[in-house]
Amino acid sequence: MIVADNLTKKYGSQEVLNIDHLEIPKGQSFGLVGNNGAGKTTFFSLLLDLIQPTSGKVENNGVQVNASEEWKPFTSAFIDETFLIGYLTPEEYFYFIGELRGRNKADVDALLAQFEDFFHGEILGQKKYLRDLSKGNQKKAGIVASFIGNPEVVILDEPFANLDPTTQIRLKAIIKDLAAKQDVTVLVSSHDLIHVTEVCERIVVLNKGEIVKDIQTSTETLKELESFFGG
Amino acid sequence: MFKHFIRLQWKSFFRSSSFGKGIALKILMIFFGIYMLTTLVATGAGMYFILRKLAPDVNPMWLISQYFVYWILIELFLRYFMQKLPVMDIKPFLSYPIKKSAITHYILGRSAVSIYNLLAIFFFVPFAIVLIFKGYPAVNVLFWVVSIFAIVLCVNYVNFIVNKSDKALLVIGGIIVALYAMDYFALLPVKAFFGPIFHGLYAYPITVLVPMALAILVYWINYKYLRNRIFLDASLKAKSQEANTSDLAWTRRFGDIAPFLRLDLKLIWRNKRTKAQVFISLLFVFYGLIFYTQEVYANMMPMYAFLGIFMTGIFLANFGQFIPAWDSAYYGMMMSQNIPLRKYLESKAGLIAVSVVVMFLLTIPYVYFGWKALAVNFGSALYNLGVNIPVILYFGSFNKKRIELDKSPFGNMQGTSGTQFLIMLPVLGLPILIFTVIYYLISIEAAVIVLSVLGIVGFAFRNYFLDKITEQYRKRKYGMIAGFKEKNS
Repeated sequence: MIVADNLTKKYGSQEVLNIDHLEIPKGQSFGLVGNNGAGKTTFFSLLLDLIQPTSGKVENNGVQVNASEEWKPFTSAFIDETFLIGYLTPEEYFYFIGELRGRNKADVDALLAQFEDFFHGEILGQKKYLRDLSKGNQKKAGIVASFIGNPEVVILDEPFANLDPTTQIRLKAIIKDLAAKQDVTVLVSSHDLIHVTEVCERIVVLNKGEIVKDIQTSTETLKELESFFGG
Repeated sequence: MFKHFIRLQWKSFFRSSSFGKGIALKILMIFFGIYMLTTLVATGAGMYFILRKLAPDVNPMWLISQYFVYWILIELFLRYFMQKLPVMDIKPFLSYPIKKSAITHYILGRSAVSIYNLLAIFFFVPFAIVLIFKGYPAVNVLFWVVSIFAIVLCVNYVNFIVNKSDKALLVIGGIIVALYAMDYFALLPVKAFFGPIFHGLYAYPITVLVPMALAILVYWINYKYLRNRIFLDASLKAKSQEANTSDLAWTRRFGDIAPFLRLDLKLIWRNKRTKAQVFISLLFVFYGLIFYTQEVYANMMPMYAFLGIFMTGIFLANFGQFIPAWDSAYYGMMMSQNIPLRKYLESKAGLIAVSVVVMFLLTIPYVYFGWKALAVNFGSALYNLGVNIPVILYFGSFNKKRIELDKSPFGNMQGTSGTQFLIMLPVLGLPILIFTVIYYLISIEAAVIVLSVLGIVGFAFRNYFLDKITEQYRKRKYGMIAGFKEKNS
């Protein structure tokens, strides 16, 4: 589904990302871990064509992302709060995204109904604008918005941060379900090794912009990661 | 303790975003500031002579005292909009070993040296100096100045007390109008009543104690009020308004651009700065009254062109120059979403077009000053529609400065860069130049026709222009995303 080739990004003389070759097959739940500055967000931003690669290219379902915009209809993402429109209510935001992805109100409502548990009664019908919600609730709204319109690729940057324990557990179930049952390619980054190992079939470790580990998740994976980051 | 506070204040001032601006803008702002201050000082110094001339047989001191009551009320009214106690700034100090009383004194004391207070000083001190030179007793004048400063402080602190409700604003506004009306229709001699009271501050230096006592009293009330509310959930909580969801169903008839149009309307209505733009634009309808009514300008046709372009295009200029920075907070999302950039721009163009039409309709009554006013405004409106809309959208692609939507609209320079000044040349200057040249070469009819034809031609090539502009936005996309991400720029 996603192929990166000779992908590099430099700021001045500093190289922040250098990926020789990375292939993510369709329907995989893919985890990206690494310390601050490892290049996780840079990689996601390149995937979404928010920054330009210094060299190389990323293809999403055969579409080179910085050459054509054809990847947009089947790709969605939640990177941070800047993906939210502060002066809209959550409902208005969902409907707006729905319209961009060719879904009418009823479609969006049907999708939202599935996430009632996840919202925990704190998102819908609150008479609040997104800018006035807490960080955690903003995140919930943003994550769910990225599921609107049956995307084939979902990119979530640090989705577990700022969420309460109940929501974290629910989110894990949702992500697993997306990849396993609906054949959605889910890309997740996280600082929480336990969450990633639980959710992702495959984990890639970035360090200073380079891939240092590429693991198919097994029972030993958590130990392996802990010894990598601990040592 | 206060030493630390003052140092922090100093840093926050010099490291603030308005100081980090480009050098050209900085110089311009400094010049503007100096100009304002000089004007104020000059007016203060000249006030004595102005009053002497206006009413030769009345003592200027007596005359100015009569207007003090209006000055105080109007200042209170204006400060309501401009000045808020910056309570949020003290949030970081709460968990440090600093006494809450010290924090309270700091934030209240800090407001005493605000620019709003200094304005009065810059006016009254030159006035007082002139008085002393004119032989007024120095002791009286000096104590009078002290009284003035005490009054200013009173206004400063009373403002923070009344600032808490919108009703207070209406009350103050009502009092001003009522007093003035009673004065005007000679129902109640307001000026004659308050005049001697304020004159007393000059005549009897000892009365300086009264405003001073009042100032201390209001300070103390503020202190008491605030000291008990320095908690995160009391005064330090940012107010959030209740959201009213609306789906603006009527926009559906606009087809593809409907979602963006809806978003733009909400953008404008739900954010302070954009909302203020709308009101300011509407107020500018009256701009024409200043010029049309004056003999000097009655036959100055270039002035008509300026008014026409300006009045029908005020929203175009105010709102349009910051496209797409209005969406800067979530521009990354917009660019990664399934958004046809062209529809996004079309929606903005449509919105501005509506504003031009509305502004033109509102200026129709100026036909009272002759058919020329109407004709020029009509030609200008067409020109704005056809030419200026694409021009301003094109220049928008150079915008790279982030705009924080919920910041106060007054004196807010966020998002401003050299681009904004460059935009004004083609948008305002070019049509006036074209009009003026044709008017002097041929006639006013020809000039209006040329403006109109240019507008119609521009409108006919609308799709072509929009395609080109869309391409431009696509090319500059990465720079815009990066620029909009930088806060405080």
